Amino acid sequence: MDRMVPVPSNAIVPERDLGRPPILETHHLGIDFGGLTAVDELSLTVGRTEIAGLIGPNGAGKTTVFNLLTNVYQPTRGAIMLDGKSTAKKTTAQVNRMGIARTFQNIRLFSNMSVLDNVKVGLHNSIHQNLAASVTHLFGYKKSEKKSREEALELLSFFHMEDLANKRAGSLPYGAQRRLEIVRALATHPGIILLDEPAAGMNPSETAELMENIRKIRDTFQIAVMLIEHDMNLVMNICEGICVLDHGKVIAKGTPEEIKSNPVVIEAYLGKKKGADEECSE
Amino acid sequence: MEKIKNLNKFTRTNIRAYGLIILAFIVLFPLQSTGIISNSISGQLVPICTYIVMAISLNLTVGFLGELSLGHAGFMSVGAFTGVITAICLQEVIPSAALRLLIAIIAGGIAAGVAGFLIGIPVLRLRGDYLAIVTLAFGEIIKNIINCLYVGVDSNGLHMSMTNAEALGMINGKLIINGPQGAVGITKIASFTAGILLILFALFIILNLVNSKSGRAVTAIRDNRIAAESVGISVTRYKLTAFIISAVLAGMAGALYAMNFSTIAAKKFDFNTSILILVFVVLGGMGNIVGSIVATALLYILPELLREYADYRMLIYAIVLILVMLLTNSEKAKQMRERFVYKWKKRLRKNNDQQEGLKNG
Repeated sequence: MDRMVPVPSNAIVPERDLGRPPILETHHLGIDFGGLTAVDELSLTVGRTEIAGLIGPNGAGKTTVFNLLTNVYQPTRGAIMLDGKSTAKKTTAQVNRMGIARTFQNIRLFSNMSVLDNVKVGLHNSIHQNLAASVTHLFGYKKSEKKSREEALELLSFFHMEDLANKRAGSLPYGAQRRLEIVRALATHPGIILLDEPAAGMNPSETAELMENIRKIRDTFQIAVMLIEHDMNLVMNICEGICVLDHGKVIAKGTPEEIKSNPVVIEAYLGKKKGADEECSE
Repeated sequence: MEKIKNLNKFTRTNIRAYGLIILAFIVLFPLQSTGIISNSISGQLVPICTYIVMAISLNLTVGFLGELSLGHAGFMSVGAFTGVITAICLQEVIPSAALRLLIAIIAGGIAAGVAGFLIGIPVLRLRGDYLAIVTLAFGEIIKNIINCLYVGVDSNGLHMSMTNAEALGMINGKLIINGPQGAVGITKIASFTAGILLILFALFIILNLVNSKSGRAVTAIRDNRIAAESVGISVTRYKLTAFIISAVLAGMAGALYAMNFSTIAAKKFDFNTSILILVFVVLGGMGNIVGSIVATALLYILPELLREYADYRMLIYAIVLILVMLLTNSEKAKQMRERFVYKWKKRLRKNNDQQEGLKNG
């Protein structure tokens, strides 16, 4: 079972981030659900402004990794360092405040609230408004609301969504809901944003637009992006470092070119060549 | 008309809610003071006001926070008895009835708030059915504790006992809460005006809260708890905040309610009362404050109005409940209502145009 491919320890960090400490590191991360080991020995490094990809066949444990990084699950083994600080024993909300934002595979918007309010909820921790101001609408309420409204609209305009601000979030078309989720995550001012299958259900032109947007997010906000995606075209085009998971273990790490030609990865996705031949001959 | 349309939703709801209450006051106050409306209805005005406050505050928990609470009458009870004790203790010190009422209401609110905090910490870790069951138990526990509580006051201060009135050991004291008989010897100091002011206060708190950072956090938790956590919202904190605010308002309403009667017993605030308030909230529409007000007023007055048809009273009440439920919740009824409103608006516009035409011609 020794399928690990030896790769240089920081091959995944692009050159421009080399001099700076990574935004995210995991050391021998693992989690068991009862007797089942869902993720094991996961050691990753993501650079300050890197676009990293996490790929693997269905059930490889990719979303579990995201849930571990955001402390939805507490890891059984190993450590997560975010910007040099350990996230152990923190709640999901606290980890977000430390600088990780995420989107979900099955969209999770506040669907009964307006688009603008969804983004304002994302801005929650950067709005300075105490409970007294909330209840009385005095003590700087107007100022803080105005500021949050302006900031929310600015973020929405980034994705050309400012016209939809007063629509109910649940009534938006699918693609717009996905974009809104990203805007809401960006509103928390993260250092790294985790995107769980951002291109799922999108047509090729929407996917192309998404790729542009992901690059734009990285360039404008100077943050790292880590994404789970099944669309290999998207992954190979925009990711600088890729990590391949299979059965909860890292089977390969490297640049898109290295991953494309890696026999172990091809085997994990398509099965053994020999087996395929046998099937054909039957 | 155009101006109202252009205002945002928040301002529109505000105008409707405050307007409705102020209008009710303007219409009912002269009728009550001149004695035109019957005594039985007039006596119901303060209870209606308190139940409106109860419904609005429960709407915060059920409609905005999205947690089913079946023990809201428990907070009302805590507020009521704290209010009564405060008012009776201050009878000699503060001669002004209005000021005494105000202090009693505030004391009731604080006591219920503390109860809300204590019950909220363990309860809000639960979800859905479990939370409903525990709040139900809370209401019953409060009822049973007050049922065997004896409180009296004399020159030495407040005395409390759980066994009987003699155990208080008072000299020439005054008994305030007499076990199962409840609070006795209350001076009726509640008034319709106080009731309206309390509703306005509750509206102010809740409508403001809903449109603020804290209110958005509460609604976000209702819509999607996991997503709310993922954007850095502390779920426990905001659940507790909403729960306590709801309890404080219920306590205030309870204090006002108690001051409207000369005696009040703990069994008044039982499970049925909690359910009654929940019925008002559900029928008025969850998260719909104006709906809560209208539903409470209608459903509270209805049994009174039907008193002459005593035999059919509860039958008609039940039918009305079902009709309201159908009309507010079914898709067909909604479409029908929308069509009707659309036609009506069209006709109105036509009439206006014709009138304008006449003027111009």
